[in-house]
Amino acid sequence: MPLLDIRQLAIHFHTESGVVEAVKGINLTLEKGETLAIVGESGSGKSVTGMALTRLLPEPPTKYASGEIIFDGKDVLKMRADDLRKLRGGRIAYVFQEPSTSLNPVFTIRNQIAEAIRLHRPEVKNLDAEIVKHLELVGIKDAAARLHSYPHQLSGGMQQRVMIAMALSCQPDLLVADEPTTALDVTIQAQIMDQFRELRRTLDMAIILITHNFGIIDGFADKVAVMFRGRIVEHGSTREVLTNPQHPYTKALIQCIPRLGAHQKRLITIDHAALDALERK
Amino acid sequence: MFTYLIRRLLYAIPILLGVILLTFLLFRVVNTPAQQAINALGQKSSMAARDEWIKTRGLDQPLTAQFRVHVWRMATFNFEPSETSKRPMGEVFRQGVVPSLCVTFPGFVLGFIISLTLSLYQVFARHSAADRGITVLCIMMMSVPTVVYIIFGQAVLALGSNWFPVSGFQPGLGAIRFLLLPVAIMAIINLGYDARMFRAIFLEEIAQDYVRTAYAKGLPATKVLSRHVLKNGMIALITLVVGQLPKLIMGTLLIESFFGIPGIGNVLVQAIQTGDQPAVMACAYLGALLYILALTLTDILYAVADPRIRLS
Amino acid sequence: MDALKLFTDVFGAAFFFALGFVFLWWVAMPPLFIPWMRSDREAWERWGSWSTLLLAGVVAMYYGVRYFIQLPSWLSGDLLLVGGLGGVTFLLVRAASSERWERALRRFRGDRLGLAALSVVCLYIFVGALETFRLPMGEFGAEKSLLDLIVQKIPNERSYSAPLASKLLNDTSAEPTPLNSNFHLLGTEQLGKDVFVETLKGCRTALILGGLTSAIYIPLGALMGLLGGYFRKWVDDLVQYLYSVLASVPEILLLVSIMFVQGQNRNLLGMSIALGVTGWVGLCRLVRGETMRQSERTYVTAARSIGQSHWQIMMRHLLPNVMHLVLINFVLGFSSIVLTEAVLSYLGVGCPVGTASWGLMIDSGRSELSRDPVVWWNLTAAAVALFGLVLALNLLGDSLRRAFDPKRS
Repeated sequence: MPLLDIRQLAIHFHTESGVVEAVKGINLTLEKGETLAIVGESGSGKSVTGMALTRLLPEPPTKYASGEIIFDGKDVLKMRADDLRKLRGGRIAYVFQEPSTSLNPVFTIRNQIAEAIRLHRPEVKNLDAEIVKHLELVGIKDAAARLHSYPHQLSGGMQQRVMIAMALSCQPDLLVADEPTTALDVTIQAQIMDQFRELRRTLDMAIILITHNFGIIDGFADKVAVMFRGRIVEHGSTREVLTNPQHPYTKALIQCIPRLGAHQKRLITIDHAALDALERK
Repeated sequence: MFTYLIRRLLYAIPILLGVILLTFLLFRVVNTPAQQAINALGQKSSMAARDEWIKTRGLDQPLTAQFRVHVWRMATFNFEPSETSKRPMGEVFRQGVVPSLCVTFPGFVLGFIISLTLSLYQVFARHSAADRGITVLCIMMMSVPTVVYIIFGQAVLALGSNWFPVSGFQPGLGAIRFLLLPVAIMAIINLGYDARMFRAIFLEEIAQDYVRTAYAKGLPATKVLSRHVLKNGMIALITLVVGQLPKLIMGTLLIESFFGIPGIGNVLVQAIQTGDQPAVMACAYLGALLYILALTLTDILYAVADPRIRLS
Repeated sequence: MDALKLFTDVFGAAFFFALGFVFLWWVAMPPLFIPWMRSDREAWERWGSWSTLLLAGVVAMYYGVRYFIQLPSWLSGDLLLVGGLGGVTFLLVRAASSERWERALRRFRGDRLGLAALSVVCLYIFVGALETFRLPMGEFGAEKSLLDLIVQKIPNERSYSAPLASKLLNDTSAEPTPLNSNFHLLGTEQLGKDVFVETLKGCRTALILGGLTSAIYIPLGALMGLLGGYFRKWVDDLVQYLYSVLASVPEILLLVSIMFVQGQNRNLLGMSIALGVTGWVGLCRLVRGETMRQSERTYVTAARSIGQSHWQIMMRHLLPNVMHLVLINFVLGFSSIVLTEAVLSYLGVGCPVGTASWGLMIDSGRSELSRDPVVWWNLTAAAVALFGLVLALNLLGDSLRRAFDPKRS
C-alpha cells in the first residue's frame, strides 16, 4: 500500500468574485521513502496540493470539491480534528518558503522546536539534547551555543535549516518542502539542496519537493509530476521526464533550464495560446 | 538596550519643557492680566481689587520674568495654591490619589481583561455570525457617550433598584460598596473601542506566516491564539492601551464627579466650576506629566516584549 | 417687508426641493431601491450634478440677499463653515477621480449597511440645514429659520410637561389649565420649549461643531503630516515635537484648559478652535506615516526627476493618495467631536447656556432625574439623537474603511 494516495482531488476557492478551481482533479501516489517533485509555475496549484495534505488551507474559502487524500490508509479529508492535529507535524511535516517570517520572531528557536517535540513525542526527557542533535543534523555548527537565539539573529540560510530541523524533530513519515530555496540567494540554495540530498540519503523519510525550478530536482527526486493550471500534465520517473518529455509544456520548461556552454541566441518562452488550445481539447 | 533607554528618557525632557511652555502660554499669555483678574474676581469687582490681585501674583512683571518663575515652580512641583480653598495643590493631590486609584485601576484591569477575551474569541470564530454580532455590539457600545452610561447606571441601577448606593465614599474596606458601580462603568466605557482594536490587531497577526507554521506543527487553535498570536500582538496592544490613558482620565473626571468620589478628578471638576485657575493649571500639568511617564514606560515595555528591539 | 416674505417663501420652497432632490438622487433611492439606476450611471450622475448645481445656486442666492440687505452678521460662522467644507469637498472630488476611489465607490455602493448609515447622516444634515438658514422674520427683527417656520404650530408652554400631556407637570389642581398645544411629542422642558423641537435644533449645533472643527483640523493635520513625511529631517523633527507636546497633555485636560481660559464669552467658534487644536494630531500621524511610505515609491522619484517642485509633488501626487485616510478620519472624528461636546457641556465648559445642544440637554437631564415626578424625556431625547448620529457615523466610517481596503476587515 502506498504511503500517500491522492485520488481525483479537486480543490475550489469560493471568493467574492467567483469560484476559482485551483486543482482540477489530480492523481498521485507516493511510496515510503520515495522523493517526489511537483514542478509548475505560480498558479499551477502545486502549493495548494501540498497544503491540502493536512488541510492547512483556511476552510471557509476553500472547498474540497471531490476526491480523496489517503495517507497510510486513512482519508485526510474525512479526519476528525484531533486525528488531523496528530497528523500535522507528527507524520507529515512542512518546510515553507520564507523562513524569516515562518518562524515566530518573539520565541527562541529552542522554544519553537521544543514546542513541536512536546506535542508529538512527549516521551522525550532531555529536550535540549534532542534539539541540538537535530540542529547538527541539518548542518548548524555550534548548535548548543545558538539554542537561545531568536530567528532575527540568524541568516536566511540558517533560518531555513532551523525550519527543517523543526520539521524533522518529530520524526515524520513525510516531509513537504514548499519552495524551500526560492527566497534564498543562489549559493545558499545550493547548500540547502545539498542538505536535502544528505537527509534523503540518511533518513527513511518520504519527501515531496514543490518548486518551479526544474534545475534543482535532478539527482534528488525519484519521481516528478508537472502541474499546469490545476492539472498534472506529465508524470513519471525523473530520468524519463527529463530525457524524454511528452507534453509541450514540460518540453518548454526543460528548455528553460540554463546550461553551461549552451549557445542560446533567443530566450525560450512558453506559448500559452497553444497550451490553451491543448487544454480545451 | 541601555543606550535605547537613556535616549528615551532624554527625549522626554524637551517634551516636558514644551508642556511647561504650553501651560504658560495658555494660562498666562492668552488672556491679559486684566482679563485674568476679571475672570477670577468677577465682572463687578473694583479696579483696585483687580490691581491688588494682579500685583500679588506678579502678573505685572515682564513676560520673560514670569516665564522663569513659572518654569521653576513647575519643575519643583511648587504649584500655586488654589484660589478657592487656599490650600497648596500638592497637598490636595496627595489626598486625592488613593480614591482615584481605587476606581481607575480595577476598572482599567477589568475592562482590559474583558476586551482581550472578547477579541480573542472573535478571532477564534472569525467571520461567523457571533463575530459579526459582537462587532456590531461593540460599535454600539462605542457610540454611547460616557455621560449616558453614568446617568443610566445611577438612575436605573442605583435609584431604581436599590442595589447600589448612588454616591459617596468611605475610607477602608467599606468603600467596596461604593466602588462597585463606578468600577463597572469604568470598565465599560472603553470596552467597545478596545475590543474592536484588539480584534484588528489579532486578525492581522493571524494572517502572518508563523501562524501557518504553528498550525502545520499540529497546534490546536486555542494554543495558537493564546501563545503565538497574543505574544506577537503585545506590542500593538501596549501601544493601544497606553493611547487610551487620556480617555481613561476623562472617564475618571466624570465618574468621580457623578459618584461623589473624592479623587483628583473631582478636584478638577470643582476647580472648573469655581473658576479656580491655579488648580486647573496644576491638574493639566499633572496629567501631562503622568502621560509622558506612561509613554516612556511603554517604550521600556516594548523592549521587554519584543526581542528584536531588546537585542539590537 | 413683503418682498422679503416672498423671497423667503420662494427660497424655502426651492431649498426644500433642491436638498430633497440631492438627498434622494445621490444617496438613498437609486442603490437601495431602483435597480435600473445602478446600470444607467451616467443618467444618474447627470441628474445629480444638475440638482447639486441648483442647490449651490440657491445657497448663493441666500447669502447674496443677506449681504444685499446688509444683515449685520452676513459674514456669519455659517458662511465660514460652508466655505471651509466646500474647499474640503473640492479637494475630495479632485482626489476621487483616481482609480482607487472608483473601486472604493463601487464597493461602497454594494454595502447596504454603509448606505443606510449614510442616509441617516444625510437626514441629520437635512434637519441641521433647515435650522441653519435664517432670515429676520420674527417680531422685532429676530431671526427665524426654516425649521422655525415648519414648527410654527408648536408653541411654548410655561414649564415642564410630559409627552403628549394635556397639563403642566406640577399642575395638581382639579381643573388644570389647558396647554397651548396637546401635541408635544416629547414633552416640554424647564422653560417650556418643546423637547422634540429642541432636539432637532441640536442637530445644527452638532453639525456646526463637527464641520467647523473639521475645517480647522483637517487642513492643519494633513499639511503638517505631508510636510513632515515628505521633507523628513529637521522639518519632520519639528512636526513630531509639536504634536508630541500637544499630545502629552491628555485631550480632555487640554480642552478644558482652553475652554476655561476663554471664560464667559465662549461660543461655538471658540469650541471648534479648541477641538481643532487638539484633534489635528491624530490625522497628522496617519498622513505622515502614509506620506513616508508613499514618498519612497518610484513615482515620486520620477516626478522629481522631471523637475516638479516639492509643492507640486505634494499636492498632485501625495495628497490624492492619502485622501482616503482623510475621509475616514473625518467621518470617525466627527463622531468623537459630537461625543466630546456632551462631556464639555456637562463640565460646564461647553456650549454657552441657551444654545440648543444635546450636551446641555443631557446635563440638565441629570438633575431632572432626581425631581419628583421624574422628568426623563429631556435626557432621553438628547441621548437617543446623539446615539443615532454617532452610531451612523461610526458605521459609515467602518464601511468606508472596508470599501477602501477590503482585506483589512
